[in-house]
Amino acid sequence: MAESDTQQIVVVTGASRGIGAACASAFLANGDVVVGLSRSRGTTPTGAEFVTCDLTDPASVEDAFDEVTNRHGRIDVLVANAGITRDQLAIRMSDEDFSTVIDTNLLGTFRCARSALKRMIRQRSGSIIMVSSVGAFMGLPGQANYSASKAGLVGMARALAREVGSRSITVNVLAPGLIATEMTEVLGQERLEAMTTQVPLGRIGQAEEVASAAVFLSSAGARYITGAVLSIDGGLGMGR
Amino acid sequence: MSDDATFEKFRACAVEVLQVSPDAVVLEASFSKDLDADSLDLVELVMALEEAFDVTVEENEIEGVETVGQAYELISAKL
Repeated sequence: MAESDTQQIVVVTGASRGIGAACASAFLANGDVVVGLSRSRGTTPTGAEFVTCDLTDPASVEDAFDEVTNRHGRIDVLVANAGITRDQLAIRMSDEDFSTVIDTNLLGTFRCARSALKRMIRQRSGSIIMVSSVGAFMGLPGQANYSASKAGLVGMARALAREVGSRSITVNVLAPGLIATEMTEVLGQERLEAMTTQVPLGRIGQAEEVASAAVFLSSAGARYITGAVLSIDGGLGMGR
Repeated sequence: MSDDATFEKFRACAVEVLQVSPDAVVLEASFSKDLDADSLDLVELVMALEEAFDVTVEENEIEGVETVGQAYELISAKL
């Protein structure tokens, strides 16, 4: 993390839409340089740079981080947000549906963290924020693969937090609940309404409400926070 | 590059990464016992050496490297 009055170089994966795009916008508004990594530009906010990156390809990830370092010399923040779903009831879920989600969500995030840490360790500073999900703790039907990948991020984040804490690098996890993005849109109106009744705050969340937490965790005010899981779910996942 | 110059360059990396005095970087020095370096320090040193000498060190080659001398041998063998 840089001092609060210094511009940070922020990498956001999956910045082409949803929570990633909102994070990119929030960091831009914070005065930071943002580089979005995704397979295609999509609706990556104007003002954010874009580098093509396929999280399932280790070479693509390392190349993307090389590109960021070549352009800006450092990486201060990584928001590892890119994720996919391949929902299916477990008894009908193929090995491929399971491993594809793990490969992108868990292994892909690991690849990004590994690349970012190589730079952050030399810098002796940095902040990694992994975007998990309320599903990691609650478990949601049809999401054995997704929930597994998101729960996995928590263990991984904590292992990394212990490894690199001595270099003043923090690694934290955000656990968003029901957020208004394409990913929850596909659940359909009925299912969404049913799930919303379970939310103590009685509504779906906005992507900006997750992004603001990401900006906080990378800020000077959050320097003593590492290995933490911050739920942004209107109370949906309370009690984990 | 002569042996002396190579070692000087090696020593400069070690001093920078491990934050130790140049006098402490002798061939017999143990990273963990004498230089207070943990596994992360060693990996960071190897990364710095890779960059400085433009060589590549595979993961398995770092295993068993416990002294400055062993690390120096590893690097100079690649030059």
